[in-house]
Amino acid sequence: MIEGLIGGLFNGISIGAVLLIVALGLAIVFGLMGVINLAHGELMMLGAYTTYVVQNGANLIGGVAPEIYILVALPLAFVVAALTGLALERWVIRYLYGRPLETLLATWGVSLILKQFVRSVNWAMVIGLVVFALLFFGGRWLIQKQRVLSPTIATVMGVLSGAIALVAGLIMNQSGSTALSRAWFSARNVDVTAPSWLRGGLSLGTTLQFPYARLFIIVLTVLCLVGVYWFLQGSSWGLRIRSVTQNRTMSACMGIPTERVDALTFALGSGLAGIAGCAVTLLGSVGPNLGSNYIVDAFMVVVVGGVGKLVGSIVAAMVIGIITYLVGSGTLALLLAPYPAMSPVMDLFTFFATTSMAKVMVFALIIAFLQVRPAGMFPQKGRTAEV
Amino acid sequence: MTAETPLQPRRAAKAQKAKFQLIEVGIVIALMLVLALILPLLLSGFRLGLLGRFLSLAIVALGIDLIWGFTGLLSLGHGIFFALGGYAFAMHLQLNSLGEGQLPEFFGLYGVSELPFFWQRFYSLPLTLLIMILVPTLVAGVLGYLVFRNRIRGVYFSILTQAALVVFFNFFNGQQELINGTNGLKTDTSVLFGQQVGGAGMQEVFYIITVILLALVYVLCRWITSGRFGRLLVAIRDDENRVRFSGYNPTWFKVLVFSLSGAIAGLAGALYTVQSGIVSPQYMDIAFSIEMVIWVAVGGRATLVGAVVGALLVNWARALLSESFPEVWLFFQGALFLLVVTVLPEGIVGWLRNQAGAKVRSLLGQQEALATYPSLELDPDVQAEKGELVD
Repeated sequence: MIEGLIGGLFNGISIGAVLLIVALGLAIVFGLMGVINLAHGELMMLGAYTTYVVQNGANLIGGVAPEIYILVALPLAFVVAALTGLALERWVIRYLYGRPLETLLATWGVSLILKQFVRSVNWAMVIGLVVFALLFFGGRWLIQKQRVLSPTIATVMGVLSGAIALVAGLIMNQSGSTALSRAWFSARNVDVTAPSWLRGGLSLGTTLQFPYARLFIIVLTVLCLVGVYWFLQGSSWGLRIRSVTQNRTMSACMGIPTERVDALTFALGSGLAGIAGCAVTLLGSVGPNLGSNYIVDAFMVVVVGGVGKLVGSIVAAMVIGIITYLVGSGTLALLLAPYPAMSPVMDLFTFFATTSMAKVMVFALIIAFLQVRPAGMFPQKGRTAEV
Repeated sequence: MTAETPLQPRRAAKAQKAKFQLIEVGIVIALMLVLALILPLLLSGFRLGLLGRFLSLAIVALGIDLIWGFTGLLSLGHGIFFALGGYAFAMHLQLNSLGEGQLPEFFGLYGVSELPFFWQRFYSLPLTLLIMILVPTLVAGVLGYLVFRNRIRGVYFSILTQAALVVFFNFFNGQQELINGTNGLKTDTSVLFGQQVGGAGMQEVFYIITVILLALVYVLCRWITSGRFGRLLVAIRDDENRVRFSGYNPTWFKVLVFSLSGAIAGLAGALYTVQSGIVSPQYMDIAFSIEMVIWVAVGGRATLVGAVVGALLVNWARALLSESFPEVWLFFQGALFLLVVTVLPEGIVGWLRNQAGAKVRSLLGQQEALATYPSLELDPDVQAEKGELVD
């Protein structure tokens, strides 16, 4: 009985930890800019694929490398996702401030592109992209040395270099050389094998088992939390981020470079998504749709937790994780089994005792919760009429 | 103010408006006749079926335009209502094609020997048609009320609708023994009025019904948005607090328009289902529901014509592209989202209405139409300063 409860609690917390590490970046970005990043899941996916590449590299090197690759993969996943996020912010989201719904749609577009990109990326495509970047940005740089670039010329250049790159890519694709046209990852799922010290688990008592991979994710989540907390509370950029989160206009008046704060925060949030992606490779295989499985739950964490405080996300993630597990695994139904008086309740819980049906129940609970606290557990206090 | 306005111009303006309305109704009827009577002669059965499906998707787009374009509510969960309508009609078709005392085939696979209670209602066609509209309306109404009551809006509302979509997807996907789970319900082999639904004759009938309903829904939306109610919706979109402070309660207007939009989606779902031959939880795919939004964005928000045009254009492009280059479609769609949001926020129809005229003028070398006062627009000093501001 007690063991069952502890086991359930552990599994719930480990689901909550995954949710939290996914939602952390989302919550920070949403708190600061009011932007919901639908491409967050795809940034996770990039992190996961980075881990896959690093692991393959480690297997090539051999020796001790396959044991410690994850320590290299974590920072690398962070960097890859953060750079992608930075590019996304600089090239797209920056132009859409104050239009949160449009931003939502734009990030969805980006997520579609990223998904298809990992499916069909091959050398031909990469070379094509490099050609485009060289022609377009190089050309811009050359012209800008001489005179001011007009929008018309920029458009013409963009179209021209795009066309050249496209033709080059197509020719390479059709050339028959498999080295060029073979997709790197293809649409199939790939597997990342955990290092041997993360396989197996810690046994306690007779039935309790704590898998090392789950423990690792919990530890990683705590580390990320501590890191983010330290960054937000202890560093000068963190101070700026908090100040812009509280009141953007006032911060701008005080001389805080809000644009740079936005870019930095977005990169940080995306980087955290990369780390989350690296972490979830320990739980299952890696595919283009990896992010979509986690992202909606992560949104719910943000909604329930409220914006502006990390503690909201933490509590929300843990509560959602634990409830999902207890309901989904049927633990609650089992716990009620000895009491005949509770049998209608038990039937209800039995009906919801699958992973997908547990989501149905959790959503109903979330909607009920929002009736009491519409702005989440820890809303930002203020005197605005906006919620 | 109004009391001082002379009666004559007001009457003239009203007459003018009535004339325009008459012209518009004429155009709608003419287009409807062309679509319903002439196109079936020109297109092959396959193409016509495709067009019929796209037209039913255009109906959903109208509903989305109503809530997003006019009221500013971005729903990412319209797949729920779409699928509910589809399921309702498919359930009737399943029951209708059975003999006395028989059960739909799939029940046997899961060992269900008795028809689940909620299936009973679908024996009668009128009741089914009612449920097909009412259930999506109610679901939308309840969900909308619970959310809007607490003044939850903007992106919060969007992601809640998305979560609701996932929840409904999971529910329908998981309930094998109630509604055949992942496999969905097939309709093309079922029977209605003694004819096979998938047959060419029936499909043409459904096509014509779709065209008529599209025209009716368009007229309904047009009527709703052109009156005071429509202006209130726009007001809610532009400044909800101000509407509230003016003494209106936006909640009920939002609930009303959201459930109306749900009803429209349900209707469209039923039409789409019979023309594609199956309804399955895939209709509640996250991507599909967001795609519905992009149809409206491409065509032009708050222009009802735009919703129809956008739905037809995007789906046609999809059919063309994914037939020949399946990989390119997602890139194209992603780029479409980005472009429409950044470069063409007004959509095609909005651009044609508001900017195309000026563009044509400047191409013809004529002077641009004045937007403000001549003393401002023709003053070289003011223009010079404006130029500096732009850079």
